[in-house]
Amino acid sequence: MSLSRQDVAKVGMLARLALSESDLDVMTTEMSKIVGFVSLLAEVDTASVEPLAHPLDSQNVFRDDLPQPSLTTSEALQSAPRHDGECFLVPAVLGESGAA
Amino acid sequence: MQPAELSAVDLVTAVRQGDLSAVHCTEAFLRRIEALDGSINAFLKVDREGALASAARIDERRRAGGPIGPLAGLPIAVKDALCTANLPTTCGSKMLQGFRPPYDADTVRRLREADAVIVGKTNMDEFAMGGSNENSAFGPVKNPWDLSRAPGGSSGGSAACVAADMAPVAIGSDTGGSIRQPAGLCGITGLKPTYGRVSRRGLVAFASSLDQIGPMARSAADCALVLETIAGHDPGDSTSLCDEVPRYTEMLEQPLTGVRIGRVRDHYAEGLDPEVARGVEEAFAVFTAAGATIHDVELPHAKYGVATYYLIAPCEASSNLARYDGAHYGHRSSQRTGDGFESPLLEMYCRSRAEGFGPEVKRRIMLGTYALSAGYYDAYYAKALKVRRLIRQDYLDAFRHVDLIGGPVSATPAFRLGEKTGDPLAMYLVDLYTVATNLAGVGGISFPCGFTRSGLPVGFQLQGPALAEPLLLRATDRFQRLTDWHLRRPKAIA
Repeated sequence: MSLSRQDVAKVGMLARLALSESDLDVMTTEMSKIVGFVSLLAEVDTASVEPLAHPLDSQNVFRDDLPQPSLTTSEALQSAPRHDGECFLVPAVLGESGAA
Repeated sequence: MQPAELSAVDLVTAVRQGDLSAVHCTEAFLRRIEALDGSINAFLKVDREGALASAARIDERRRAGGPIGPLAGLPIAVKDALCTANLPTTCGSKMLQGFRPPYDADTVRRLREADAVIVGKTNMDEFAMGGSNENSAFGPVKNPWDLSRAPGGSSGGSAACVAADMAPVAIGSDTGGSIRQPAGLCGITGLKPTYGRVSRRGLVAFASSLDQIGPMARSAADCALVLETIAGHDPGDSTSLCDEVPRYTEMLEQPLTGVRIGRVRDHYAEGLDPEVARGVEEAFAVFTAAGATIHDVELPHAKYGVATYYLIAPCEASSNLARYDGAHYGHRSSQRTGDGFESPLLEMYCRSRAEGFGPEVKRRIMLGTYALSAGYYDAYYAKALKVRRLIRQDYLDAFRHVDLIGGPVSATPAFRLGEKTGDPLAMYLVDLYTVATNLAGVGGISFPCGFTRSGLPVGFQLQGPALAEPLLLRATDRFQRLTDWHLRRPKAIA
């Protein structure tokens, strides 16, 4: 199984990881090798097997919808790279400018 | 006797009886950390002041006749994957350098309420991804038995600090073997409880359907003591089990007569080091002498465990680690070129993550993103989930015939630092004997069963059905009453 550089670049954007040209080279080689290895699973007959996403046979767990203490705004913001005391600050979502 | 020579059980007894003060006990371990950790690098943060202050409060309360908790005065090191409100929590990553969690992990809260003394946070592979500790952004941990060798991973700092008597107990987390493999390579005892037995609230998430916190200590008896405190339902983790927490420490006495232990022939395939194979066989003989019976069992899909794991874990990781966006906490890149990015925000995300994550974490995020992406989901992720069910079914079938399954915890003793760093796939294969436990959601324990000629510990693993912790601990305790491998100390750092 071999991945192309374009495949890897696309996955990098989906994963929100900036990859340099040399990162792309290394990642393409390594991912091809690992994907080749995990492709071993293709030989297992799973035609009548249901997927198992979680080891517990648990159902959804509900609690009463009551207000409870939670993080304060300042606690929630305490490790933020930038904030204004009320909100997280980020660079411009659209367009070119944005100083945060 | 020096505190460092006592078991955790003896330490809490000595503190309770007033034979040893919590401060004296804490100081003794802090002294060892100061003397030894420069060459081992097991700690990312040592909280000398906080530990001594909490020890002093415990002593004061005890002297005043007040109630003290079941772990009163017991120094404990906590893997840096667990959030601590008063201490930095980096998860071994530059991404979280300087991060201060706003709350304690449930395990940390329980330890504090039990009057344990948290001495510091231990080094680990970045975001718990790795089997050697070499993926830590803050330098590798050295194996106390041979400083040129890896301690295993990802809970390598926790394993090494117990092996070097820098703490009598450490907390680890195990997603595919990260407690059991380093315990095996460092000659200590490490328990991965059943999935859900210990709350994951405040454990930095790697692969949420596999992650589990557990104790690492000298002996099964010490692990039992700590598990009693950290196990139990937590409304903050809806996957934590509601089942009552047994008194593990009171269930160790019963003999092993009639206990059936399975032996998997496939465990002895090519690649198993002959000295490890010999240690494992001798361990089976000890269990036989203790009254257990050994039976061949099969886990036909075990050979697909590593491939299944290296799809499911990266898929869950790619989703969990999406939270590191440079906006809410963690590293934010200041670099803005505008080249090839649709918006300044997108560039900030991509550059922050590229700068904050190390190579192995990026590799797994990329693999997971690929395996979950349109066109590949069915072939990879969905396929792995189906094989996961077959792997779990193998365990359910095997546990109809045996009570436990025994075997090696890793194929080789501790390998040299740098030996596998150039080949990610070779590093993945060190998880051969441990990943299936997590995929099945059952429990496992590893402990020393011998040493190689060159003096490296050999680990034995027992796996049990869901909630079989009492039997896992009892069998290991029985083994440790009949052998003294777990009492040996590394010469290099004595």
